[in-house]
Amino acid sequence: MTSTALRSRAWKLLEMVTTPLLPSDYLDLVSPLRAGADLRGRIEAVHPETGDAATIVIRPGRGWRGHTAGQYVRIGVDIDGVRLWRAYSLTSPTNRLDGRITITVKAIPDGKVSNHLVRRAKPGTLIQLDQPTGDFVLPQAKPAKVLYLTAGSGITPVMGMLRDIAFDDVVMIHCAPQPQDVIFRNELHGLVADKKLRLTEVHTDTDGMLDIARLDELVPDWTERETWACGPAGLLDAAEEHWSEHGVQERLHTERFRPSIVVAGDGGDVTFSTTGKTVDADGATPLLDIGEEAGVLMPSGCRMGICFGCVTPLKAGAVRDLRTGEITEAEPGVLIQTCVSAAAGPCDIER
Amino acid sequence: MTAIDPTAHLTSEQIEELGRELDAIRDEVIADRGEKDAAYIRKVISAQRKLELVSRGVLLFSIFPPAWLIGTAGLSVAKIMDNMEIGHNILHGQWDWMRDPKIHSTTWEWDHVSPSEQWKHSHNELHHTYTNVIGKDNDLGYGIMRVDEDQKWHPFHLGQPLWNFINACFFEYGIAAYDLELGKNLNKRRRKSPEFRARAKAVGRKIRKQVLKDYVIHPLLSGPSFLPTLGATFTANLVRNLWTHSVIMCGHFPEGVQVFERRSIKGETRGQWYLRQMMGSANISGSKAMHFMTGNLSHQIEHHLFPDLPSNRYAEVAVKVRALFEKYELEYVTGPLPKQVFSAWHKVFRLSLPNKKPKVETPDREQELVAA
Ligand code: FES
Repeated sequence: MTSTALRSRAWKLLEMVTTPLLPSDYLDLVSPLRAGADLRGRIEAVHPETGDAATIVIRPGRGWRGHTAGQYVRIGVDIDGVRLWRAYSLTSPTNRLDGRITITVKAIPDGKVSNHLVRRAKPGTLIQLDQPTGDFVLPQAKPAKVLYLTAGSGITPVMGMLRDIAFDDVVMIHCAPQPQDVIFRNELHGLVADKKLRLTEVHTDTDGMLDIARLDELVPDWTERETWACGPAGLLDAAEEHWSEHGVQERLHTERFRPSIVVAGDGGDVTFSTTGKTVDADGATPLLDIGEEAGVLMPSGCRMGICFGCVTPLKAGAVRDLRTGEITEAEPGVLIQTCVSAAAGPCDIER
Repeated sequence: MTAIDPTAHLTSEQIEELGRELDAIRDEVIADRGEKDAAYIRKVISAQRKLELVSRGVLLFSIFPPAWLIGTAGLSVAKIMDNMEIGHNILHGQWDWMRDPKIHSTTWEWDHVSPSEQWKHSHNELHHTYTNVIGKDNDLGYGIMRVDEDQKWHPFHLGQPLWNFINACFFEYGIAAYDLELGKNLNKRRRKSPEFRARAKAVGRKIRKQVLKDYVIHPLLSGPSFLPTLGATFTANLVRNLWTHSVIMCGHFPEGVQVFERRSIKGETRGQWYLRQMMGSANISGSKAMHFMTGNLSHQIEHHLFPDLPSNRYAEVAVKVRALFEKYELEYVTGPLPKQVFSAWHKVFRLSLPNKKPKVETPDREQELVAA
């Protein structure tokens, strides 16, 4: 018998001993970051960057597969007892010797997770991690000339790139309201001093928004440059238009932030994505009834919110709890009780 | 259905007002639910796991009597914690709001021969929706006992103290059979239905795993302590069964608890539903440790009003609920465990014998029942 076969036998036996739990449920008590555990990380330090941004140093579990510069990672943080997931760009180089990774988070107004991470996260806290993902990355072959076009926290994936590989000819245009809002400002200026980077800072509070037509003046050879752009939708839309007008759209790589926040309204189109049905729902009828009327097979029980027999994943959109008025927005892993939830805007129910 | 309706003095407006007041209590807890509660359940789960691990470790040496005693006691407590404060409450969705897939009603599996999925259906859906409605809530006597004067007596009921005792000893198997609705599914046609067979298979699988763990693998691992370990796990299961059965009997059986007619819940309003939960449940009074070991089912009344509120909140909710009982002049049935257990058993004995024929119902009476 091969050693792997032997190992899996031993594991099976162990599973029998721990049933109905799994051996990992016990191992998690002592070693949550071990190989083979669900991927987690431990916050080891929080370094303030600007007034509202901080870099979080995380030791990932042994199962971490490593990232490519420019990628992002989804993290799950428990806030007020509730696990919330968000995606953040990785800002650490891929070859960091101590094996730790960093994300750099800017607190957005009313942002539950970002504010928590920037202002309240404590070293030692365990968080959930996903493997890194995203195709906003550098190519295998080194481009001769590079342009980074960023705004606000759009600088984070690009910082991951800058720290990872040095190119011969790199230009960066970065927009932020004021000098003190520029994340990584000291490090960027250090690179400039070392002649590793040419940097233009646009301070939008005084200079106004970046007019994409100014590119010709700021970076005359921009059409020859492989460009990575990351920032708010307005900037990216303008860039995409500008690049395709000049017929060089294949040189532009963009990364968009989270699609616009769901606006919770009253009722909306409900999609039952498994069945492939979409129906218009008002804001007062339980989704259970809406589904059943549309002929979708909906699990149910008490129909009054007490048995949890109707829980169903909410894939997109928002719903309102008919008892408390509380709004729940779709996030991976979010389940709702369809018997006491109504559509608060368009939503997608996995049934 | 009891001779005098203890809620007859309430007007329907009062009942709806009562419902609103209870909703407000619920909303308050929900608004305040957070980090502390999450930390609580995590701590309990981790303590249970450690206790079980240590106890099973000690039992490997159960050939030595002190080890047997300590290990058996520890394992009994661990099993009670698993079933009561952890399993029962998680399966109610009390902790779903944390969005931790490991502590979630859709993923949790407990140390019990009834698979979570089936138990959730019979318990959360049937029992909690139709609490104490004869013919709808099978928890009332589990289909083998007579629990109310108005139920027809049959010579079979003479044996019910014995049935109840046997059920208590093998309670988890009783529950599994009950979740399968074995009685009603034993006729030929139903026995063959694919749905029933799938469920029966799931129970079989679960029983096999549980038995294998408790009565084969663990004793085998103990080597020379094989027999003592076997005895220890058997004892722990027995203790757990007797304990949970007692606690659960106290929830709905003691004297003073009402049962309801099927017809009485037609078109029931939220207020009326609340009222039925209030009149259909009974508490156990006692220390903090007592509440913990019952999985806070000592706060059965509060649990039935708010089955999805985290169990660690029932104690504070109980103060407010009790005040409402007083305000609306209703009887809050509660008492120490021995008293409640005695009361429930007393009823089991009493109803094993026939009683005077129940009063014939008049249309008038039915109207009263709607209000109940
Ligand atoms: S059907 Fe019971 S909670 Fe929704």
